[in-house]
Amino acid sequence: MTLLTTEADVAEAVSGATGPLVVRGGGTRAVGRPVAGDVLEVSGLSGITLYEPGALTIVAQAGTPLADIEAALAAENQRLAFEPYDLTGLLGTAGASTIGGVVATNASGPRRIQAGAARDFALGVRFVDGAGNVVKNGGRVMKNVTGYDLVKLMSGSWGTLGVLTEVSLKVLPAVEATTTLVIEGLSRERAVTAMSAALGSPFEISGAAWIDGAVWLRLEGFASSVAYRATSLQDALRGFGDVMRTDDADWTRVRDAVPLHDLPRVWRVSVKPSDGPAVIAALPERCQSMMDWGGGLIWVGQGDGDGAATHRTLQEAVARLGGHATLMKGPDDLRAAVPVFQPEVPGVATLSAALRARFDPRGILNPGLMVA
Amino acid sequence: MEMPIPDSDVLSRKARVVERLRGVLPADAVIDDPMETRAYECDALTAYRCPPMVAVLPSTTAQVSDVLRICHAEGVPVVPRGSGTSLAGGALPTADCVILGVARMNDVLETDYDNRFVRVQTGRTNLSVTGAVESDGFFYAPDPSSQLACAIAGNIAMNSGGAHCLKYGVTTNNLMGVTLVQMDGTIVEIGGAHLDSGGLDLLGVVCGSEGQLGVVTEATLRILHKPEGARPVLMGFDSAEIAGACVGDIIKAGVLPVAIEFMDKLLIEVCEDFAKADYPMCEALLIVEVEGAETEINDQLALITEIARRHDPVALRESASPEESARIWAGRKAAFSAIGRVSDYMCLDGTIPVSELPYVLRRIGEMSQKYGLPVGNVFHAGDGNMHPLICYDANKPGDLEICEEFGAEVLKLCVEVGGCLTGEHGVGIEKRDLMTYQYAPSDLEAQMAIKDVFDPKWLLNPAKVFPLAVSQPRRSAPLAAE
Repeated sequence: MTLLTTEADVAEAVSGATGPLVVRGGGTRAVGRPVAGDVLEVSGLSGITLYEPGALTIVAQAGTPLADIEAALAAENQRLAFEPYDLTGLLGTAGASTIGGVVATNASGPRRIQAGAARDFALGVRFVDGAGNVVKNGGRVMKNVTGYDLVKLMSGSWGTLGVLTEVSLKVLPAVEATTTLVIEGLSRERAVTAMSAALGSPFEISGAAWIDGAVWLRLEGFASSVAYRATSLQDALRGFGDVMRTDDADWTRVRDAVPLHDLPRVWRVSVKPSDGPAVIAALPERCQSMMDWGGGLIWVGQGDGDGAATHRTLQEAVARLGGHATLMKGPDDLRAAVPVFQPEVPGVATLSAALRARFDPRGILNPGLMVA
Repeated sequence: MEMPIPDSDVLSRKARVVERLRGVLPADAVIDDPMETRAYECDALTAYRCPPMVAVLPSTTAQVSDVLRICHAEGVPVVPRGSGTSLAGGALPTADCVILGVARMNDVLETDYDNRFVRVQTGRTNLSVTGAVESDGFFYAPDPSSQLACAIAGNIAMNSGGAHCLKYGVTTNNLMGVTLVQMDGTIVEIGGAHLDSGGLDLLGVVCGSEGQLGVVTEATLRILHKPEGARPVLMGFDSAEIAGACVGDIIKAGVLPVAIEFMDKLLIEVCEDFAKADYPMCEALLIVEVEGAETEINDQLALITEIARRHDPVALRESASPEESARIWAGRKAAFSAIGRVSDYMCLDGTIPVSELPYVLRRIGEMSQKYGLPVGNVFHAGDGNMHPLICYDANKPGDLEICEEFGAEVLKLCVEVGGCLTGEHGVGIEKRDLMTYQYAPSDLEAQMAIKDVFDPKWLLNPAKVFPLAVSQPRRSAPLAAE
């Protein structure tokens, strides 16, 4: 396929398509049920179209590398507060993550618990729907309730409703100081209790994870404020044991699920935080896990064992508790055999299927990626 | 304001519809006496009124489902209503509709501090959600000006914001799950106490859909621990340009105040007169509020006042006591009542990129001259959400029409500079016919496709959001016989 560089190119490619299309940005997210089809590559739509630091807003073409966005923001001492994760290490994929891919998959990291998800920072989108129509929704201002919010619908639709061509995002100031409190030696249950206590305090925790057997609690902001809150929180959490403090904790280890990188099968599970330990307890032996979002986000990895059975166990447990489990990494045959994304409850499944039929009437955009 | 012609067939079946509704609701929950239905003839956009055919006040999700199923079968339009505080006419009835009020559904169903959420029935008022958790130190962040009266149902329908959303976000950023009843009576649970959606984000599209996709009867809301303290600083400037530049510098310095509010001279005067907030008399006033412990507040305010000093403020005053802080906010929060005391007014809420603030304010000033109507400006400066208040005389023939023309020109200007028609009030009927200035036909078609999916017969609040001419083919499609 010829290189697509404009929205009109994308519209033409979609309307002229005669079969399934595999929508691709940087090619870093080999997630979902494998899709066979022609690759629709949008990395040619690249570049920041507008950046106003004083308005906390950036607009970029969907194929713009995430690294370019982050560099432009860093130059103005700003950042993407939702801390998008990078899957290249986990999935062993090459290529550069694009901002369109980040929005389309609602990729959010540890700070999601405090600041919000990618979908919360997405202010506007332009996309090409499955019939080749160009649609815009939202805009570049922070508050906008003009008409329905298709921005959130597109965020997390994994390219199944439309191909993003441009996104606008709210950005936030970078911080002066970061510190992490560490508590070792807690059981999973006790770890979640400690994280809940921290997240239920007034000290604005921007990360609460259980990793390598320790609880990590992140504080960010002006140096004096961080120092004050760290001391206050150390006092408040004394009952959980020694609360150590370090300025060197590597939060990309949490964000990108680094401890699980070498495992062939990895799941990402979202539940209510206090349900986190119950989900982990339901897992077969030899699964490894870590928790983020105060216990509400569980990364599960499995080496040997029956991947399909573990998948079923996880999704059944989550269906009972409320939440969702997604197979983020696994061999093609496993991804083809199981519902990679958590099956939706009946009413939601009906509505979602109907929306897909409307936005992609020919069923050509990443068909089957989310729902077989 | 044009509204669809009432369906005479529906009106002729009023007795039958009422009888069926009485079959599923308690006797006092079905209101069909024209004297009593008048209570529902308008919301806070009082310029437009129309009593509904019937009003119902169900108490449970099951009753809401029964009502909708009956109206669906009878082909009767339904207009959902929270507390009726919409400034956009979101709850304005049509003569052939059933008003579905959720006011009787106001219980707290679940409070979970460990997981930081509360689940409520949506007739509960915004402020009483915080009221249910504040003795334990928690609060619900979105704080629209009408928070004493407005219902969570309406907040979700309009994706309401508030003064403090610069830090905490608007309703959609604090909403975790809903129980939604579709027009055919189907009850759907979307989201819950966990974060984010495992599939398509239906919650994101339900929030802000103005009661057109379903009736939300229960909601799971994120709650936060209250900050240790908060304190505002008042700044007065010689011009809106200078105030705008100061806002930009504060944001660029890396401080994220919880609120940055702007008021112009007209508003300063009427608010001062009304609330005795001790505001300085000047061209532009900023209220900047920061949060945290005493030491954190002091550090942030030191930085903010240092930035403000570079812009030659004519007044600069940190609040010295909780009483003074309350008084400073009392003036701002009373802005709409204060101006309402001296004039009829129309409140717009277009949003603009903050860099365009000085230009847009100057243009609004010129329009004020052209139309001969005074305008006051009060708005959330940190996020560019404007609130021009156009004064007019409701008793003077033609004045409302001039005011509406003025308002439309302001909103078109907002779109022209890269902003939008409405930042937090919603489209309703008020901005419905301006939608084509912001959206192309394919953009509106994509939005209407969503409604087609949730409400194929277009019976829920059908005359809102989309220009009537645009939605006409869908609204007038023959209803399937049942």
